[in-house]
Amino acid sequence: MLFKNDKAALSVLAVLAAISLIVPVCNLLFSPGSPLYFSAYTVSLLGKYITFALLGMSLDLVWGYCGILALGHGAFFALGGYVMGMYLMRQIGNRGVYGDPLLPDFMVFLDWKALPWYWHGFDQFWFAAIMIVLVPGALAFLFGWLAFRSRVTGVYLSIITQALTYALLLAFFRNEMGFGGNNGLTDFKEILGFNSQSDAVRACLLMASGVTLILAFLLSRWVVNSKLGRVVTAIRDQEMRVRFLGYRVEMFKLWIFVFAAMLAGIAGALYVPQVGIINPSEFSPLNSLEIVIWVAIGGRGTLYGAIVGAVLVNYAKTLLTGWAPEIWLFFLGATFILVTVLLPDGLLGFWQRRLQEQKQ
Amino acid sequence: MNGLALKPGQVDTSHGPILYLEDVSVSFDGFKALNKLSLYIDAGELRCLIGPNGAGKTTLMDVITGKTRPDTGSVFFGQTIDLLQMDEPAIAEAGICRKFQKPSVFEMLSVFENLELALATDKGVWATLFAKLNGAQRDRIEQVLETIGLVEHRSQPAGILSHGQKQWLEIGMLLMQEPKVMLVDEPIAGMTHQEVERTAQLLLSLQGERSIVVVEHDMEFVRSIAKHVTVLHEGSVLTEGTMDEVQNDPRVIQVYLGD
Repeated sequence: MLFKNDKAALSVLAVLAAISLIVPVCNLLFSPGSPLYFSAYTVSLLGKYITFALLGMSLDLVWGYCGILALGHGAFFALGGYVMGMYLMRQIGNRGVYGDPLLPDFMVFLDWKALPWYWHGFDQFWFAAIMIVLVPGALAFLFGWLAFRSRVTGVYLSIITQALTYALLLAFFRNEMGFGGNNGLTDFKEILGFNSQSDAVRACLLMASGVTLILAFLLSRWVVNSKLGRVVTAIRDQEMRVRFLGYRVEMFKLWIFVFAAMLAGIAGALYVPQVGIINPSEFSPLNSLEIVIWVAIGGRGTLYGAIVGAVLVNYAKTLLTGWAPEIWLFFLGATFILVTVLLPDGLLGFWQRRLQEQKQ
Repeated sequence: MNGLALKPGQVDTSHGPILYLEDVSVSFDGFKALNKLSLYIDAGELRCLIGPNGAGKTTLMDVITGKTRPDTGSVFFGQTIDLLQMDEPAIAEAGICRKFQKPSVFEMLSVFENLELALATDKGVWATLFAKLNGAQRDRIEQVLETIGLVEHRSQPAGILSHGQKQWLEIGMLLMQEPKVMLVDEPIAGMTHQEVERTAQLLLSLQGERSIVVVEHDMEFVRSIAKHVTVLHEGSVLTEGTMDEVQNDPRVIQVYLGD
């Protein structure tokens, strides 16, 4: 039922499943030189792309389905990342440069004597795992409750979401916040007792990211196909009308916003161990704008469009920033303008329309 | 209250009227859209509101449905429910539903889905997430599809319907909400002659069970459905009566034709 006649969604799922199974297994089974070998670099790159795909998909729920152009969605990704970073920092134990059994290096450096209260509990993975969804979810709830109840919409809402992530960027830069200031959290050693730099762990992280994305996709698909999904689409197109049908529009917006923030938090938490660092630059407004561009390029309101868009744009970024870093932003801007003008439904929307026309 | 006990949410119409508007004034930047307007709608009646452009007809509907807050005056639903204390969803849930002047259906959703969204049921977030249509609800949607003549169009997106069909779909959405009061703003704009006739029949068949307030410019249509007509002018009630009385009232003639 969930996929009746939807070949595009099925193909994206199949490719995802293949990547998250075959690439890590081949990386571990075959040795360099074999044609079936995928390098550790490829593994971590794909892992990163998949977390971005999850992030893009979560924004599509808010923007593509509910029409809320959130320009601060990266904040929830970064918060999830920081929570994971705190867990990884606590796993370092006494193997840090200063060898303090309890305090992370940057706290020793700041001459702090005790662990701040909000760092307690993060030595336990289960606690961190709950916080990964709870912290971004709570911020989204608070922000959404205030904004949606006051009926802030359109460009005003976009601007305050941008302000939100910028405020967090400034706050996390401060050493007194206790999150490592502008260096952020890094130098991780272990995750769940395994060496976080090892090939096996990297392969597992790719696999975990892929499986998470598939599950999140299925869950999100179920949500947008539910009656709630139809109410949310209706809000996007005629907000006033939905109110007169007796639905509390602000509660529906809040629900989808919090749900998307939680998915973004999970994406951030999977991202951090794969890149080995989280710092305040993840809160940068520019990052949040990039997410919007991924979704616009892939195609809004399909979920898989955002996944494809995120992977394509980030692949282009990897290629271009290696080859000519100074033109990357121009390229991104130009692509965004071209897609907006020529392909308002994004690449996948365009492709599907072509397929339909051919059928007719 | 003559000994009647009300259940919560029940509308007390023991004195006759179901809607009371008293001394309602609304001004926008000094312009008085409604000026000490008083109006009573009886339970089960079909009332037509007419009046020249700017007479305050749409503002009146905005006030009743909670979209606009009046500066002064009181608006009651039955004897007991103060509509000025409620927001749009609460008023809709209480049983006052509205069709807009410009047909506002959800164009991306199918005809069936449009009706499904309007269905009178628990409209909380979690209930909506897990909502599944039961047999009776499905039957109800089928029945309304039949009433509004869109059975063959059920799975088409509402966006491709003709203007008249969109009007019908929106009336269907009103029916799905099972309202006690229907506010219907310009129902026949863009309809063919036959569609107009069917709309008139439909509205006539619905009165009695529920109160219907129709705003319309087409006098012939108003004559064909209304027993009781209220004329608005410059934000207040100019006169009320049967269509013949109203049309022969010199003040009405003056308002419509000018000095």
